[in-house]
Amino acid sequence: MLMAVVLILLVIGSLIFHFASPWYLTPLASNWELIDTTINITFVVTGIVFVLVNFFMAYCVWKFRHRPNLKAEYDPENTKLEVWLTAITSVGVAAMLAPGLVVWGQFVNVPEDAMDVEAVGQQWHWSFRLPGEDGVLGNSDIRHVSEQNPFGVDPEDPTGQDDVLIARPEVHMAVDQPVNLLLRSKDVLHNFAVPQFRVKMDLVPGMVTYQWFTPTVVGRYDVLCEELCGIAHFAMRARVIVDTQEDYDAWLTEQPTFADTMARPPGDAAAGQAAYAICAACHGPDGQGMQALNSPKLTGQEGWYLRRQIQYFKNGIRGTAEGDTFGATMAPIMAAVPDEQTIDNIVAYIQSLPEEPLEPTVVGDVVAGERLYGTCQACHGADGEGIWALNAPGLAGQTDWYLVRQLQNFRSGIRGSHPGDAYGDQMRMMADIFTDEQAINDLVAYVNTL
Amino acid sequence: MSVAMLFAALGVAIVLWFLMVRRLRTKPWIEKGTIDLDDGIAGLDAERVGLWMFLGVVTSLFSLFMIIYMERSGFPDWRPLPDPQILWINTALLILGSLAFQLARNAARHDRLSGVKLNLTAGGALTIAFIAGQVLAWRQLTAAGYFLAANPANTFFYLITALHAVHLLGGLWVWARTTLSVWRGLESLDVTEIAGIRLRVQLCSVYWHFLLLLWLVLFYLLITT
Amino acid sequence: MAYVAIADRDHHLHDPQTFITKYIYSQDHKVIAIQYGLTAIFVGLIAMALSVLMRLQLGFPETFSVITPEEYYQYVTLHGMIMVIYLLTALFLGGFGNYLIPLMCGSRDMVFPFMNMLSFWVYLLSVLILLSSFFVPGGPTGAGWTLYPPQAIAPGTPGIGAGIVLMLLSLAVFIVAFTMGGLNYVTTVLQARCKGMTLMRMPLSIWGIFVATILGLLAFPALLVAAIMMLLDQAIGTSFFLPSMLTMGEESVQSGGSPILFQHLFWFFGHPEVYIVALPAFGMVSDVLATHARKNIFGYRMMVWAIVAIGALSFIVWAHHMYVSGMNPYFGFFFATTTLIIAVPTALKVYNWVLTLWKGDLHLTVPMLFAIGFIFTFTHGGLTGLFLGNVTVDLPLSDTYFVVGHFHMVMGVSPVLVLFAAIYHWYPKMTGRMYNEMLGRWHFWLTLLGTYSIYLPMHYLGFLGVPRRYYANGVTDFMPDSVQNANAGITIAALVVAATTLIFVFNMIWSLFRGEKADGNPWGGTTLEWQTPQTPPVHGNWGDKLPEVHRWAYDFSVPGEKQDFIPQTEPPHEGVVAGREHGVHH
Repeated sequence: MLMAVVLILLVIGSLIFHFASPWYLTPLASNWELIDTTINITFVVTGIVFVLVNFFMAYCVWKFRHRPNLKAEYDPENTKLEVWLTAITSVGVAAMLAPGLVVWGQFVNVPEDAMDVEAVGQQWHWSFRLPGEDGVLGNSDIRHVSEQNPFGVDPEDPTGQDDVLIARPEVHMAVDQPVNLLLRSKDVLHNFAVPQFRVKMDLVPGMVTYQWFTPTVVGRYDVLCEELCGIAHFAMRARVIVDTQEDYDAWLTEQPTFADTMARPPGDAAAGQAAYAICAACHGPDGQGMQALNSPKLTGQEGWYLRRQIQYFKNGIRGTAEGDTFGATMAPIMAAVPDEQTIDNIVAYIQSLPEEPLEPTVVGDVVAGERLYGTCQACHGADGEGIWALNAPGLAGQTDWYLVRQLQNFRSGIRGSHPGDAYGDQMRMMADIFTDEQAINDLVAYVNTL
Repeated sequence: MSVAMLFAALGVAIVLWFLMVRRLRTKPWIEKGTIDLDDGIAGLDAERVGLWMFLGVVTSLFSLFMIIYMERSGFPDWRPLPDPQILWINTALLILGSLAFQLARNAARHDRLSGVKLNLTAGGALTIAFIAGQVLAWRQLTAAGYFLAANPANTFFYLITALHAVHLLGGLWVWARTTLSVWRGLESLDVTEIAGIRLRVQLCSVYWHFLLLLWLVLFYLLITT
Repeated sequence: MAYVAIADRDHHLHDPQTFITKYIYSQDHKVIAIQYGLTAIFVGLIAMALSVLMRLQLGFPETFSVITPEEYYQYVTLHGMIMVIYLLTALFLGGFGNYLIPLMCGSRDMVFPFMNMLSFWVYLLSVLILLSSFFVPGGPTGAGWTLYPPQAIAPGTPGIGAGIVLMLLSLAVFIVAFTMGGLNYVTTVLQARCKGMTLMRMPLSIWGIFVATILGLLAFPALLVAAIMMLLDQAIGTSFFLPSMLTMGEESVQSGGSPILFQHLFWFFGHPEVYIVALPAFGMVSDVLATHARKNIFGYRMMVWAIVAIGALSFIVWAHHMYVSGMNPYFGFFFATTTLIIAVPTALKVYNWVLTLWKGDLHLTVPMLFAIGFIFTFTHGGLTGLFLGNVTVDLPLSDTYFVVGHFHMVMGVSPVLVLFAAIYHWYPKMTGRMYNEMLGRWHFWLTLLGTYSIYLPMHYLGFLGVPRRYYANGVTDFMPDSVQNANAGITIAALVVAATTLIFVFNMIWSLFRGEKADGNPWGGTTLEWQTPQTPPVHGNWGDKLPEVHRWAYDFSVPGEKQDFIPQTEPPHEGVVAGREHGVHH
């Protein structure tokens, strides 16, 4: 009796859950309504079977429960019934399969007017490339990858010169413009998925895969990596921003081409020395930092990282969050830096300064810190040296109290919450590994030993 | 894709075979009483059935290797390696070995003990010579600079030949036990034990024919790509 | 040449004398079965503990963040691998296959008892190798149970040194163990059945185990090939699966390999593996249902054909795991079609189980409750499989929690419910004692309701788009805060289910000493194992004379008979011509 009641309650409960739970398909933002239709067809067919089979079973369990003198029927088979059941099941299966195959046919054939966009995946980072005015993407190969040419575009290939490069994980698309997304991986398997667009496809190193869709709703969408790609898999995010055509065109003109990035002159350390004067007041003339003024050491840090942080302070991405007292001091000063070239010069000057080791100030359990560092070393390197290819700055030799404060800021969301700070967002997710303040001290104490 | 179709055809064939030959269409609730087993396998020896099952497993293993081999050889970085001439000699040795096992089997059927002794020993010796020849082929290739990891073609060559040799070594273990008991003499053995030896000689010949066939297919594949 | 049939070679059975030969180095299939079973349950409990740690991280990241991301991915990997291979495959085939085949077929033992014993010891070795990877530098591999290259052997994944090597080694050793056992099971079924046991008189348990073993023998080589090639890639730098790529900013030494090739090999094994687990479950649940419903299994022939058809089809559906893998997208048409075709025989099996209950005399014992629970969870898991098998519907759902929910319903909960049903059902035969009824019922209700509340919400998180294999979800634009509540709820349910499993373990141990004494055939079973002269059966199973089979395995409630079951060994009544009788018309 109980079993029959529970079976019925499970079925009814599942139905209620289906209609009442707050979790169902995310509102659609692409042309793939047909995928939702196939899902709904499948739901109807399987739902009917689920309810009928279980209600029938519940009825049997109640009706034929053991009582004295009840004897079961001897009933080896019933060919007619089995043929009917086979036929009905086949019809149900065909009803789901046929629309599925038709829609798949549309998915594998990219429409003529689709615009090529290349999404490049690498361990825990996305970047994007557009074909430029000639409409053709230049050849690329990981042999060509370097700090200056992170996309590995072939410098000899003329069609690659006008390719538009978006080195950060944020790409814009024009509404109602079909996109043929070409997927290329620099290292392991990844998967490009936007839940609102419904479609997804793996990135496979050594080949280019594709998926196509037409964004139909203006807005901002998270891109998730959905193929396990290592320990920061869950933090490999990007954003697709769907614009109106005018906004999209305006955005596009601001993006550098491959030729632009290659032609950029290196920073001039001599010119940077003068500009560094505004930094020296707090960070010291030798760039060693001053704890009394809450200023970290600058020397020994990677140039690309310093450049990015100056840009963040300048553009209000960093130093504007509530609670970031010290960042708030930096923001207006960096806003005064006139242009990109000046930033490059300052960075070049800082890098020309000699690096001096610092006295450790943080106390913690080095052994516990070593276990936690197992996570960090995947990007920052086993020796905390920092790896540009993974967008990870150096940690060894850096100001330890500053590391503690930044980890606290990541953990509490003071840093990394700004939508423009994709790398900070990643750190915010990684800071989940700290259960308390002490764990941060343990980790930094271990970093001090590197 | 063609592989998938192949397996589809194979699957359908197996189903049909089951339905037709295995008499899976009888209605078991109607038949009562002890009836003879109708499947034609129950009368065979367990060892024989077990061996054929094992050959099925080995076939699956090597077919997969060969499919991957053909797939991989289509990639642009494939650099075929030269075929050492010694492989032809080895092939001849294995053919002779297989022949010797067949002769031993025939001798066992007619209870000619001397024939069993001689041919069984010859078969094993030829097989050992084959394996030694394979090792020599590896050494020649390594000496010529075709190292294991240098190109997938090399890796496949070493891997497939080594796996084949491992299977021969497994067979040689059974062969050694059988040969020892044959040379020790059969006087002290009872009827069942003699039957057991006969069976082992027979199964050895089946196994050797199979491994010869496998080698011929592999050899063809290795020299044509 | 005529040879002596194995069933009569009694001198092959050496009666064990000492404790060591009786329980440790035993060649008795029943002892080997129990050794297999206990080892499998032991590793299964470890895998369950790992899942509890993962659930604590997912459900309460603030309070119980006890594991780091590397540990999370290591536990994900080990949990999956242990559950699928070292628990389910080993317990169904090594455990129940070993126990039931000789008893249900009327043989004295497996045909190659020594190889059978070796199979267990090699299996134990593979388990030890696997567990040892917890204690090596870098820890076990964290590549996910699918072990996809390049990440399985590329920096950024935990355990790319000793961890992955031990994992692959352990799998290779397991495959050797399985092959030794599997050759035994197949040969015993084909060759050592007792007089009168035709193929169509075999209980469905044997059919399921038999076909599953054949699948295993043909499919495991694919995993072996993949494992050998990946070992070479890892250890000596060959490039079977590795294309040229960047590792930590440097160009790799390998080039030209294909990661997708590995996926084809893996799933060529991996999909039949689903049925290697499912088919024995289908068979055993059929026997439990028929016995406790006191009714013949409905459509026995259809059930046999369905097992054979599913087994054959399972080799041509593998790439439905790879719709979004970047393989040639046109393959999708073929594999979606074959995948949905396989749904038809599977659905027929479900109908026939339910129709077996129709007009039965249902004794709702603990094994029966588990069997009915299985029909419910399997129906649910099978139907959600139609979403994922249909290539278009798979697009949004692939790699989300829908997949996690689906395969845990169909491959986790359902076979485990059958395992519990089978353990309770055959416990009196194996031990000679009854389990504790009340604990058994608590175990059932908490397991059924607990697992359903774990996995039902997961499907809906999947619709929303929540990705699987995420250590933390972070902030996204599409997940409402309620997702975290769902995760917390799921974790609580998982803790309940894990605790319930301890009730089961306690019940098994306690009943071994304190359980009521059971007689040889407590359920009124027709099949041969219930007709053994001793309970538990002794070495050699049948005493002096092998049984003879006179009828099929499902003569329950035959009209005109006093008893509601007729054992397979019962000869036909007088007046009935041996061989052909219309049993229905009395």
